[in-house]
Amino acid sequence: MSYLDNILFAILLVVGFGFFTASVKKIIRNINLGVDVDRKDNPKARWKNMALIALGQSKMVRRPVAGILHIFVYVGFIIINIELLEIIIDGLAGTHRIFAPYLGVVYDVLIASFEILAILVIFAVTVFWLRRNFIRLKRFIHSDLKGFPKSDANYILYFETVLMILFLLMNASDLHLQNVPGAVFHKAGAFPVSQFIAPIFNGLSNELVVLLFEIFWWLHIAGILVFMNYLYFSKHLHILLAFPNTYFANLKPEGQFDNLESVTKEVKLMMDPNADPFAAAPADENAVLSKFGASDVQDLNWVQLLNAYTCTECGRCTSSCPANQTGKKLSPRKIMMDTRDRLTEVGKNIDANKGVFVPDNKTLLNDYITPEELWACTSCNACVEECPVNISPLSIIMDMRRYLVMEQSAAPMSLNAMMTNIENNGAPWQYSQQDRLNWKNEN
Amino acid sequence: MSESLVVPTMAEMLAQGTQPEVLFWVGCAGSFDDRAKKITKAFVRILNRTNVSFAVLGTEESCTGDPAKRAGNEFLFQMQAMMNIEVLNAYEAKKIVTACPHCFNTLKNEYPELGGNYEVIHHTEFLKSLIDDGRLTVEGGQFKGKKITFHDPCYLGRANKVYEAPRDLIQKLDVELVEMKRSKANGLCCGAGGAQMFKDAEPGNKEVNVLRTEDALEVQPDIIAAGCPFCNTMLTDGIKHAHKEGEVKVMDVAELIANAQDL
Repeated sequence: MSYLDNILFAILLVVGFGFFTASVKKIIRNINLGVDVDRKDNPKARWKNMALIALGQSKMVRRPVAGILHIFVYVGFIIINIELLEIIIDGLAGTHRIFAPYLGVVYDVLIASFEILAILVIFAVTVFWLRRNFIRLKRFIHSDLKGFPKSDANYILYFETVLMILFLLMNASDLHLQNVPGAVFHKAGAFPVSQFIAPIFNGLSNELVVLLFEIFWWLHIAGILVFMNYLYFSKHLHILLAFPNTYFANLKPEGQFDNLESVTKEVKLMMDPNADPFAAAPADENAVLSKFGASDVQDLNWVQLLNAYTCTECGRCTSSCPANQTGKKLSPRKIMMDTRDRLTEVGKNIDANKGVFVPDNKTLLNDYITPEELWACTSCNACVEECPVNISPLSIIMDMRRYLVMEQSAAPMSLNAMMTNIENNGAPWQYSQQDRLNWKNEN
Repeated sequence: MSESLVVPTMAEMLAQGTQPEVLFWVGCAGSFDDRAKKITKAFVRILNRTNVSFAVLGTEESCTGDPAKRAGNEFLFQMQAMMNIEVLNAYEAKKIVTACPHCFNTLKNEYPELGGNYEVIHHTEFLKSLIDDGRLTVEGGQFKGKKITFHDPCYLGRANKVYEAPRDLIQKLDVELVEMKRSKANGLCCGAGGAQMFKDAEPGNKEVNVLRTEDALEVQPDIIAAGCPFCNTMLTDGIKHAHKEGEVKVMDVAELIANAQDL
């Protein structure tokens, strides 16, 4: 490689990582638009969750076929990225397989395992593609995925396949050049897969194969950088965010819904016989009038917003949702996608207005998520249980119901009747509290 | 039902200067719903037979606020919670048992932050502990050899990870316990939770309870066992919808135990 190559490579790296850093900053800023919630407690349990669920994929294998195939792709990408380190050093220093002399046999084992993983990735990705486009599993042809989300999923699969093929072609041309008379490249690595590809280069001039090798090498690394920058625009962010998401996920029992603190204050005041009903509210100039519940993304907490960016639209939540299975409009996956899309929109608004959000007459409620969807939820937690990365669509549904009921008094009529009964006679039905023990004497 | 039920109230106990071993939280369904009252009575018959010292709040009990909270009315929920906590704390309640998973979940998980700290257990867990302690012995009786499937209530199962206690009880009856294709953590909701019990379903192509009943009927049970008064209602309706009320019964685990002992 000439000097120019090294400089070009450095520029490519700087541009690739530069754009990526800018995207990550934007994501962090957008997540921080959410309300604060404390998830620093119990770090031991949080690390354990991350290790088991994100790193260990424990919830993925609950559906064994997709789970095991996903592990191929996941392990493939993590392990093959070790190779990326060598590629970057080679690119910057103008060396060729710089680790080989230092690692010896270990290097052969590594390269060989990369190759085997690469072929497993191609196999898994092919099955994934078939499941989406030919077998047409219900959760992949669901109306949630109309338009970009469907293409997005396929683009990711194509990207991964192309990257793996380039990796194998790169190795194959390398192997060919190691074995030609007068060996162009020094001996390095073992190639259990690409040894079968190498013969396609037989009969070509060494110059041409070197050129091909360089093309594969450059396309491979450039492809990885492009793919990394595609993440921001895609559902594929989960490969990074699954880790913080499982760390910060709720640790309490699934049935425990948070008690709104602002409400607790009001209720305590109401029930305090010594409270002065005419007392002026304590003056606090900085107090922001908070609303009850959520009508837009800024009302949600930052973990819910992190959830939205983490969702990779696998649809296990929706396929397990009793409302969705019985034809209702509610789809927990759509709740997460809508939250993310609205958050992205709010982020763009802030970018366009010099860092300030300018109201755009839209909200997450109504413009994205309709009350009909929210009221179909049975709060059964199937979606929460099912999510391979511990996302909670239910918490968003509940916060939006709170807004509907406490800010807009917009509960369905029959629920208003139920609540009136609880207020008046302490039961959801119209029975007097004085009759509570009547069952004792009935036959 | 020859003997009448002995149901002391906390007020009566206090007047006598005693504390019960456990407070039985009956819940709204258990107090007012005709079907659920039978579950309440079956549970009390077991408590009476095993000489468990218990008491109810009676007319001092009020809705835990669960349906209000799930419907989004946090105000009403916390009002109910704080009133109930005042009553429970005044009686110095320590241990609460309830036959309703919704009351169970709310009392156990959502009351502590508001000042209500109690040991809360579901009646299936309590019955299990009676057996483990040798206070209650169960034989199959009339259910021997029957095929029974258990429907996991969401607020007992997924919400609080109680899966085994009801199953252990059923197995004591010398029956064939069969699992539905979706059970335990994967169990399908009956359709009543999240305040759905008190409203019509949104437009769709099926009712959730019908779908869940189909799951149950697939394993051809003689009895569908439930551990929640609302699930009980939903599944009973599902059985009627399938015109199977002659062949399949929906019964609470407490009823199975009580009936097996001819209580």
